[in-house]
Amino acid sequence: MGKLFAVVLVIIALASAYPIATHMYVMPEDISTHGHQIDEQLSDTMAEAGTSFLLAQLVLAFFVWKFAERKDGGKLTNFPGGAKVMVAAAFILVGTEVLALGVFGQRAWANVYFTPPRPDALQIQAQAGQFAFYFRYPGADGKFGALYPDKIDEGNQNYFGLDPANEIESRDDIVSAELAIPVNREIYLMMHAKDVGHSFYVRELRIQQDFVPGLDLSVHFTATKTGRYEIVCTQLCGLGHYNMKAYLNVMAQDDFEKWMKQKASEL
Amino acid sequence: MEEAPAQQAHVHAPPEGFLRKYVFSLDHKVIGKQYYALGLLAVCMGMVLSWLMRFHLVWPRTRIPGLELLSKAGAPGGVITPEYYLSLLTMHGTLMVFFVLTNAPFAAFGNYFLPIQIGAEDMAFPRFNMMSFWATLVAFLVLILAFVIPDGPPISGWTSYAPLSAVGKDAGPGMGWGMNLWGISIAIFCIGSLLGALNFIATTLDLRAKGMTLMRMPICTWAWFITSCIALLAFAVLLPACILLILDRTAGTSFFIPSGLVVSDRLQPHSGGSPLLWQHLFWFFGHPEVYIAILPSMGIVSHILINSMRKPLLSARVIIYSMMSIGFLSWMVWGHHMFVSGMNPFSSLLFSFPTLTITIPATMMTLIWLGSLYGANIRISAASLFALGFISMFVSGGVSGFFLAQPSIDIVLHATYFVVGHFHMVMGVASIFGVFAGTYFWFGKMTGRMMNETLGQLHFWLTFVGTYCIFMPFHYLGLVGNVRRYSAFVNDFTGPLMPLHKFITIAALGTGAAQLIFIFNLIYSRYKGAPAPENPWNGTTLEWSIPSPPPWNNFGGKHPVIYHDPYQYNVKGSKGDYIMQDSPEPSAG
Amino acid sequence: MSSTIYEPVRTPPPALGGSKASSVRVAKVLYGAGEASRSGIWVGIFAITMSFAALTSALFVRQGSAADWTHITLPSILYANTLALLVSSATLEMARRAIAAVATMESRAARRGLGWLLATLALGFVFVAGQYEAWRQLATQGLYLATNPNSSFYYVLTAMHGLHVLAGLAALLFVISRLAAKPAALRPSMFEAAATYWHFMGVLWLYVLFVLRTKL
Repeated sequence: MGKLFAVVLVIIALASAYPIATHMYVMPEDISTHGHQIDEQLSDTMAEAGTSFLLAQLVLAFFVWKFAERKDGGKLTNFPGGAKVMVAAAFILVGTEVLALGVFGQRAWANVYFTPPRPDALQIQAQAGQFAFYFRYPGADGKFGALYPDKIDEGNQNYFGLDPANEIESRDDIVSAELAIPVNREIYLMMHAKDVGHSFYVRELRIQQDFVPGLDLSVHFTATKTGRYEIVCTQLCGLGHYNMKAYLNVMAQDDFEKWMKQKASEL
Repeated sequence: MEEAPAQQAHVHAPPEGFLRKYVFSLDHKVIGKQYYALGLLAVCMGMVLSWLMRFHLVWPRTRIPGLELLSKAGAPGGVITPEYYLSLLTMHGTLMVFFVLTNAPFAAFGNYFLPIQIGAEDMAFPRFNMMSFWATLVAFLVLILAFVIPDGPPISGWTSYAPLSAVGKDAGPGMGWGMNLWGISIAIFCIGSLLGALNFIATTLDLRAKGMTLMRMPICTWAWFITSCIALLAFAVLLPACILLILDRTAGTSFFIPSGLVVSDRLQPHSGGSPLLWQHLFWFFGHPEVYIAILPSMGIVSHILINSMRKPLLSARVIIYSMMSIGFLSWMVWGHHMFVSGMNPFSSLLFSFPTLTITIPATMMTLIWLGSLYGANIRISAASLFALGFISMFVSGGVSGFFLAQPSIDIVLHATYFVVGHFHMVMGVASIFGVFAGTYFWFGKMTGRMMNETLGQLHFWLTFVGTYCIFMPFHYLGLVGNVRRYSAFVNDFTGPLMPLHKFITIAALGTGAAQLIFIFNLIYSRYKGAPAPENPWNGTTLEWSIPSPPPWNNFGGKHPVIYHDPYQYNVKGSKGDYIMQDSPEPSAG
Repeated sequence: MSSTIYEPVRTPPPALGGSKASSVRVAKVLYGAGEASRSGIWVGIFAITMSFAALTSALFVRQGSAADWTHITLPSILYANTLALLVSSATLEMARRAIAAVATMESRAARRGLGWLLATLALGFVFVAGQYEAWRQLATQGLYLATNPNSSFYYVLTAMHGLHVLAGLAALLFVISRLAAKPAALRPSMFEAAATYWHFMGVLWLYVLFVLRTKL
């Protein structure tokens, strides 16, 4: 039985490692400027975690194979070096490893969160509500109108609760169900939650950030490749959570300007 | 070596009458078994809920016969609605984390064996002990009441984030009385756990037998003791949090709800509250809670491994100090559940470092276990197989923590199946393996009859392979960005993942079915198992010095005296290959 | 294989009121540790402290989360309540000293001790009544549980403290009834635990009052 344990464990360990080693399940192509640091960090961590995993499982299997139900009546012995070796190994190996991961990892984090957006970043406001995302552009005046929750009227497509009748700034605000952005331009996305907590996740952008009701949160990023990418909600928000999504539409600069003109003319 | 405080005598009247013996018992052993039974009931319910969830994910339109009887609104025609899926998910998590993982390894085995292992007649406060079980049972009944009310169970997950959980029934189905019942249930559960933790701590500090110094306590006793210290402080924080949540829901306060929220077309009459406050309070409890779930199993597994290997660990002290470090560090890491929550990103880095640091004591323990196997002679049994399986599972679940501990990687893995895989491997599998190991090891002592070894080993093989088949693939799904808590997969990129999801579901249903072997074994052995001798495993600790099952006052009115540390195996010159703790035979130098 | 050596059963510990020939007899039904557990009450106190620490953190976070933090004037009766609670700790100590010195609960000194205990109980009820009156006074000012965040925390903190005080009153009642019984039957550790808990109620109240004054 001991030997069977060892064999089964080795099979399980190798089978578990196989899809990782063969890159069967990986994130889609990174289209952001900061994402490569995250990908490298993930890759380094996978190497360390994967090695630790395999080593530990194989050692466990080997020891059980050798030392379970010994028929040889052999003397019981202790691992050479005893506990001291284990304690030292844990401190040194793991200590350096986690320090390295922590220290190097914070650069990727800092890149996303500690650098302010550029002054000329394109400002867009995202609103998350049960169960859809809407996006607002400030229009020709470059200013966003204020939000009035009591004016929200989904039936009349006033998702944000704007008051264009009484407010000049909101008259030219453009509201869209898709997030259209120009390629290679920094986007400053301000995030507003209408009702409960939601989250903004675009795999290709390597961005995930919660919407928190009552808090003014934001992310900024630059997309480097045109295309249509899925935005999904990742914070449990109610029964429609699974279906709460939108599309990020990264366009060439000209196409984006055409899109904006088209939207403005529909106001 | 300091002398243990000598235990004072107390007259301990034997229980009389059916109610006092089996229902409202003050005997820690009966209370331990009651907790075990409750944990068993909760795990069966939680497992069935997980089958329903997994089934729905891969066969969303297939009728599950009879389900419409459980909930007409939630499963019309036997097909689960999106909201009911979330109800099942919420109840699954709540039942498993609270009523299984806090109950079985900690309250059940701890209540039964801690007093015995330190040489005490009972816990320090048997009345509080009885109250703690009954509070837990009442909490359980209040929770499952949510299944039968028309509104149904809540849909906000076991983490109940505000404002979804706080605004009331506007938030969705189940968020009216269902959510209220959740809050009340967990608040009562907190009180039960606090009373239990109080008992464990006071008993360990004050009721040790003569010669039982702290360092002579078995490793599992240490694990229960450290766990109870964590539980005392963690549940003391969750209780006020639940009260504040209930007040927001029912009394119009605004602890967690800001102004201007429009939910279901209704402007909510609250203002100024902070949703992040709930997250901070909840996770300040929630992270220590997961160590409450794993530490007792670490202790039980260590205890069983030593007995099975017939030699002590390389160092029991390192295990104990590591458990203490984990307990200590567990208070500093709660923000790693909140990296992308909108809290100050600098805090995220602060939380990341202690999170990564916890790897050190965890690795130390793993290396000690592995290193101790070297040169041993491991007796293979159902108990020892589960103990060895625990090591494998703990490693698997632990290494995924490397990823999640780093905020930058958490950006892409947060709220995906990677997280779900991580916590299921450590809690749902490793911790439960500790419970299985403990059951096979101690069933004979608790009932007077041994469990069937063949069935036990068969149970192990099916469960070991099965759980790997279920939970290892979760990590792959997460690496691709498969989001969690979805009642259906309708994203562009999840289509190709469905075959893997089907594999998982089939593995889950199969592994679930295999647990019937365990249930059968429990029931069969209770009545027909081979009679258990006093010391079937040739163990050294005090539970093996008393009859199986023990008399109502454990040691027959006498007070054991302790001469050795708990793991005198393979001692040079001893009569057998072990020396019991209360034997005056001289020990190793 | 076990060759256990057991110690003979020890004689029961001395009952409250002195160890010599005494008409006090030890309580008959003694499930539980009796004299053995002194740490239990401190463990409980630690847990309660942690709960109030959580509420205090919640207060700080709530204050910073929006611009609606205001100010409420504390009802002046609070200071009278505080005095009652602190004096009750003093009377409790008088009771403890009186009873520890007696040989039997039948003596005059013992009855005096019992008197001090009753005074403690009475002052405790005065405190609770006064806290209720303070709530009433706030309500007449239009400050209810959900009126503003300050009032919310006022009610929550004082209610949590008040509930724990009620538990302390129940413990004192239990102690008094056991001491007044004929024959008196109370384990010394039970008296100690109730007394420690009651003093903690006073200390905790001073902390809560400090928070109310400085933050609300």
